[in-house]
Amino acid sequence: MDASWLYLYMPIAGVNIFWPGLVLIGYSVGVIGGFFGMGGAWMVTPGLNILGFPMAFAIGTDIAHIAGKSMISTIRHSKFGNVDYKLGVVMLVGTMSGIECGAQIVMWLERLGQVGKVVRWVYVVFLLLIALMVFSDYFKARQKKKLGVDVGEKGVEGFTWYRTLHKIKIPPMMHFKASGIYCSAWLPIMVSFITGVLAGFLGIGGGLLRMPALIYFIGAPTHIAVGTDLFEVMISGLYGAFTYTLKGRIELVAVFVMLTGAAIGAQIGTVATKYAKGYGIRLAFGSAVLCCMISIILKQFKFETSAAVLILSTIGIICLYIMAIMFKGAAQELRDKKAQQQLRVGA
Amino acid sequence: MKKPLSHLVTLAMTGALLLPFDALAAGGKATNIVVVADTRRVTGFLKYLSNLYNTDVWMFAVWAVVLTAALGCTLGFLMDFVMERTGLDLKSRKIIEH
Repeated sequence: MDASWLYLYMPIAGVNIFWPGLVLIGYSVGVIGGFFGMGGAWMVTPGLNILGFPMAFAIGTDIAHIAGKSMISTIRHSKFGNVDYKLGVVMLVGTMSGIECGAQIVMWLERLGQVGKVVRWVYVVFLLLIALMVFSDYFKARQKKKLGVDVGEKGVEGFTWYRTLHKIKIPPMMHFKASGIYCSAWLPIMVSFITGVLAGFLGIGGGLLRMPALIYFIGAPTHIAVGTDLFEVMISGLYGAFTYTLKGRIELVAVFVMLTGAAIGAQIGTVATKYAKGYGIRLAFGSAVLCCMISIILKQFKFETSAAVLILSTIGIICLYIMAIMFKGAAQELRDKKAQQQLRVGA
Repeated sequence: MKKPLSHLVTLAMTGALLLPFDALAAGGKATNIVVVADTRRVTGFLKYLSNLYNTDVWMFAVWAVVLTAALGCTLGFLMDFVMERTGLDLKSRKIIEH
């Protein structure tokens, strides 16, 4: 049987690619990104590489796809009221300048000839810190719930570092209505600047760092953190797509094919947040970060295949977990709606 | 006394934020890779884009960003339209952390 129709020619990269694989990658990353509020470059790049993309093209193509995919998720999150645009715009100032600063540090390290090793180990340390923070926060919240202390209107929270940071009253003070935060404008600017420096330094989009920073340091509820971070990823992704295209490292055909899968995936991931509790999202996020960290360690010790297998299995398992949340929640909602209608008719 | 102090802190933080731009001015330029798109096996709009990639990379970059954004928006609104028809309430949600 002739299977050539399953392969699409990429004119810039000069390779034939199995296009259903591209749709599947787009779909999976759409689901995960919409649920966690991040781009997911750490998942897409190895996937594209496995499909046959040269690494130089995998990164640029990945960034452009992330920008388009985040746009789809942001539209959906926006309807739920999960995007704090004012906070997003204020944070963009810090993110952009931070990313440039981080990139300069990398160039300086390149001149010293230490870049690869340093970047990977710094990445591992930060991923470990994020995972530790997320899990210990969960256990603290569980303890608090058992003791019945500090129950706010949104439920129990573990770490509340943002409350201390909100006490810093450096003008101008700003009210971020969607997040329900009143703080100094310098807080989101400095937090996004620091996460931006790290993102630029590590060569990643930054969603992995910004999402927990929005929760723990700025005080945004988990759902708002997810939506607002996607808005940031969208803007920085478009900027990244432009600069990578100028460097000639993008395959536009692949971006379009991946976006068709992402369009469906992003809806599922985003709607799933409606049926998940904040800590459910945080825990799944912590697990994803942990697997990402292990895969980087494996890569560092040249276990490339094991690293790719780990990443792909993580994507598969988390994707199925999110889909289960979405379909279970949606089915329950539709059943409840039907029961209410029947009750009304009976009355 | 409190007010001048807060102005001073604001000024210092603005200065700190502008630092990266100084660093940027000091940095060297990254080298680009040269790749030529193969226009023999594509037709129509893809051929136009591939030609553009070879001849005017700036224009190609603008097209890349515009097309990605346009496709993202179109697919977003299209899927939104489809999801509205599932009967789910997609305009409200409760925020529960634990």
